Amino acid sequence: MIHKMANQRIIPVGPYHPLQEEPELFKLYCEGETVKDIKWETGYNHRGIEKLSESKTFEQVFFLVERICGICSTSHPFAYANCMEEIAQVEPPNRAKYIRSIVGELERLHSHYLWLGLAGHFLGYNTVWMWAWKYREPILDLFEIISGNRNSYAMFKIGGVRRDVTGDQIALARKTMRDLKKKNDLLTKAVTDDPVIHARTKGVGTLTKADVMDYAAVGPTARASGWAIDVRRDDPYAAYDMVDWKVITADDGDVFAKTQVRLLENYESIKIIEQCLDGLEKEPEGDIELKVKEIPEGIGTGRAEAPRGEVFHFVKTDGSNSPVRHKIRAPSYVNIATFKKACVGQTISDATISLAAVDPCYCCTERMAFAYDWHSGDKIYDGNQLVERSRKETERLKNTL
Amino acid sequence: MGEILYHFFVYPGLLFAGVIGGLLAWFDRKVTAQVQFRKGPPLLQPFYDFLKLLLVKETILPARGSRATFLIAPILGLFGATAAGTFILLPLFNINIGFEGDVMVIFYLLTIPSLTYIIGALASGNPLASVGASREMKLIISYELTFLLFFAAIVLKADQHMQMSQIIQMQAQSGPFISSLSGVLLFIVGVFCIQAKMGMVPFDQAEAETELSEGSFIEYSGTVYALVKLTRYIMLFILPALLVGFLISGFNLSGTGIIWAILKILAVVLLMTLIRNTNPRLKIKQAMRFFLIGMNGLAIVAIILTYLSL
Repeated sequence: MIHKMANQRIIPVGPYHPLQEEPELFKLYCEGETVKDIKWETGYNHRGIEKLSESKTFEQVFFLVERICGICSTSHPFAYANCMEEIAQVEPPNRAKYIRSIVGELERLHSHYLWLGLAGHFLGYNTVWMWAWKYREPILDLFEIISGNRNSYAMFKIGGVRRDVTGDQIALARKTMRDLKKKNDLLTKAVTDDPVIHARTKGVGTLTKADVMDYAAVGPTARASGWAIDVRRDDPYAAYDMVDWKVITADDGDVFAKTQVRLLENYESIKIIEQCLDGLEKEPEGDIELKVKEIPEGIGTGRAEAPRGEVFHFVKTDGSNSPVRHKIRAPSYVNIATFKKACVGQTISDATISLAAVDPCYCCTERMAFAYDWHSGDKIYDGNQLVERSRKETERLKNTL
Repeated sequence: MGEILYHFFVYPGLLFAGVIGGLLAWFDRKVTAQVQFRKGPPLLQPFYDFLKLLLVKETILPARGSRATFLIAPILGLFGATAAGTFILLPLFNINIGFEGDVMVIFYLLTIPSLTYIIGALASGNPLASVGASREMKLIISYELTFLLFFAAIVLKADQHMQMSQIIQMQAQSGPFISSLSGVLLFIVGVFCIQAKMGMVPFDQAEAETELSEGSFIEYSGTVYALVKLTRYIMLFILPALLVGFLISGFNLSGTGIIWAILKILAVVLLMTLIRNTNPRLKIKQAMRFFLIGMNGLAIVAIILTYLSL
């Protein structure tokens, strides 16, 4: 726990800091303005979702995993649905696939706009922040009209979706996409042509292709360094193999490249949504779900491309109505590790924007492996003992009833 | 003596400059809000902010670090800003003509607030504040020379009169300095200098909310922070006023002249607001390079042009 400090001082970013919306602690070990080392501590946000999932029925888990993260609140249900459909050996009808892809891509759009705004804020460019969030509003309105909610859409179920997208909604979605394209043009131009933004983001937080492969980074973080990985293309699910789109990459691996990748991905998302809307019009209305009665015993894995990268879900079932084990790996879990490479050797100003550039999401990532005493460093519980204790507590509660 | 105290504390010093500065702070925030699709605060918001900090909020002192210095620094800063404001505004409002050499006094007094921010930050013992202080120091080193060159060029333009009232009078006779090419260059230099003195984006490295969470001011709260805020309100009025006096022929406070005076000040503040809303924060190295090479170069060109009377 104790770090050797010669001429170094610790600049703390967190646990509560304007840079990040979520609580987490980055310790920047600095000499002057130069960051020499970085350590991070998470664990302020642990909610025990995986354990909680074991006490819910398969349908309830959708609402639970949706609440892992407020921004990518559809990628977790997406991956979980893929996972459960693998276990149940069913394939949803085409109309449901199109709707799933529409929801997934709308989420990517609003998430990328959110990130762009925040990145502007982190650079002290609050106008970009407000403009990007203003342009994000119509997407959220569209979500509200389609699903009833601006966030946490509750659209997914095993074998299909819960709500159909029809008539007026399709027309509105088309109009929103047309408007959005213009706004994206404007933002892309404003951001990529500004010389001061170039000065602040080019060559900052650079990750080479070898680096992202070493750290197994995913999503835009990997694609900005020239590694073209995308679950939507590599392991197609929903309607992604029925529409025409391409994986966006950039070569530089710096913050500017990450911005570029996200802005260009917005165009691809709009393209996918427009094709899915065409597809919807060809499919019969109302054919949005398969009735799945039984979930057999088995194991399944599901992947989905969240705005930040690959989300991975693993579920083991035993023939009852709830998971025996539910394991979740969110993209930030691997992306956060690249901080060490991206930040060390830079100044504090560069390090902070590099931290933000992978669009980290800590509430997705937090896991508890063991509990230790802060002062002595002794382990108090390991994983198994914790499970043991949790079972005992449940037992005790049951007995009091 | 009574008159001096009146000038210092009431008009055109502390009270007057503070009130006008608060109104300008509202203007800055309102324009910012309009640029960003927001509604913006009501007219009296800066005063609510100030009074709440002054009267309601608790003042928390850092457990480590020098408390006395920490508390005295903002008071000194306020004194420096008010004194500079009095010397700038007395000749501008035609109350008295000042004295030969008051331009240099103004120059030095204007440095005091930034220096006290550094002293206060270092006295707080906070690592983030110390980074903020070191950035503020680097920024002062880079823009102060430019600011001095700016003053020198103005004095040259005014036939080497180092008196504010005479600079204004010369412009009244032969047209404002900004109407010449060198005047335009000096205006650009001057605007960026006061932008840096105000600590506005792109020169807010010392505060850098998302990097250092308010840096130099992180430990300030309550009454002491109210003083810091008041200092900034005053600076937001007197620095544009200085620019107007030096380059846009000052104020003529009679008849429609009052409207022109208000418009001149608002125009300068509007320009500063727009600069801060259309740029990200520079890195401290980039800011230093901007002043040491870019702005100094521009100021020297302006001085040469002045010699050639362009």
